[in-house]
Amino acid sequence: MEITRRRLLVLLPAAAVAWKFVLAGTPEAAPNYKLTEHWWGMLIDIPKCIGCGSCVRACAEENDVPEGYFRTWIERYHVADWKIERPEVESPNGGKNGFPPDPDEGGKNFFVPKLCNHCADSPCTQVCPVGATFVTPDGVVLVDKNYCLGCRYCVQACPYGCRFINPKTNAAEKCTLCYHRITKGLTTACCEACPTGARQLADLKNPKDPIHEFLRTHTVQILKPHMATGAKVFYNGMDGSVR
Amino acid sequence: MRNRAGQEGAGNATLFKDIEHLVRLASVIAIALVAFVILRAAVVPRSFGEYGHYRGAAIGEIASRPIVFAGHDTCEACHTDVVDQKKLGKHVVVACEACHGAQAKHADDPGSIQPAKLDTAIVCARCHEANAAKPKNFPQVVTADHAGGVACDTCHQPHRPKIEPGTIEAEKTKTTKIAAEGKK
Repeated sequence: MEITRRRLLVLLPAAAVAWKFVLAGTPEAAPNYKLTEHWWGMLIDIPKCIGCGSCVRACAEENDVPEGYFRTWIERYHVADWKIERPEVESPNGGKNGFPPDPDEGGKNFFVPKLCNHCADSPCTQVCPVGATFVTPDGVVLVDKNYCLGCRYCVQACPYGCRFINPKTNAAEKCTLCYHRITKGLTTACCEACPTGARQLADLKNPKDPIHEFLRTHTVQILKPHMATGAKVFYNGMDGSVR
Repeated sequence: MRNRAGQEGAGNATLFKDIEHLVRLASVIAIALVAFVILRAAVVPRSFGEYGHYRGAAIGEIASRPIVFAGHDTCEACHTDVVDQKKLGKHVVVACEACHGAQAKHADDPGSIQPAKLDTAIVCARCHEANAAKPKNFPQVVTADHAGGVACDTCHQPHRPKIEPGTIEAEKTKTTKIAAEGKK
């Protein structure tokens, strides 16, 4: 075929469209889910937590978390009278098997469930040298385990201690906010298994989500606000001693 | 070189004088550039940079992981009798899989995969065993004192735990309590 000026002018845009299609890559797993219409977070209601460990067990089962590592865990705080800056914190096996009965020693006693805070300005994603961890357009911090080198920069960068290196894959791992569930319209495994509703998945871009009403009417905190991480795990009724 | 250039026209001689080494250099750079572009296209994943400085396809890969917990809506679609029972008691807020464990496999194939029978001594105590750190308004017991080894579901119906007067459970409680006191 002879390439005339007319043919070239037709072929060039066609080639451009084809190339754009090639660049687009594989389609998403959940076709009805729109990345830009969500902004995920979580609400943790400390006065409701009973430290049963259901969330920790559910997380391990849902996400195949290796024994001895935790994507979420529960801490038991004991604050003796006025020693607010020196709380006694324990988390036997991450609270996976609950907590042994504890005699009331006075002071304040309560449970604090912890997980990745899915920071909007996440320190862990900023230090990754290869772009293996990132904040998705819907506000979830994820790890691309096929791209991760296992350099551990992110593990030390997380101010909340939420990351670990999976001994099997040798890649960084952390809470995905059950991304495979929330994109299908389900709640996370930990929220599903929580018997008291102490954990609530929250979509901050959904105006119908009850989180908005809750945030307006309660004194809610985030962990380490002075670090300006843009944490999206909100704690209700949290004591000042919680680190 | 200079001689040959000199033999050609006067204008060209001054313009392309001593240019051959530059052409050689330019061709080396051009080859290196082409090699870089080809290598880059081969090494960098296609979806890299789709949303930011990461592999866009990773989002889809992570989202495509199979679920393990079916979710209480799935359970309630079939087990309507249990839903009705739960509505009458405080356990209405407790999702099925909080006690029964992950049941996505059972939901996919209810005929052949059956959930394991629960041991109430473990399941109930997980939440209701007394602990100083638990909220004060949460019902807690020291199981050893409360039941003395009697299984929880002897008296309490787990889906509707409060013992209503006049039910079979209430009668059982009476006998259990008498038996327990008799031991003393």
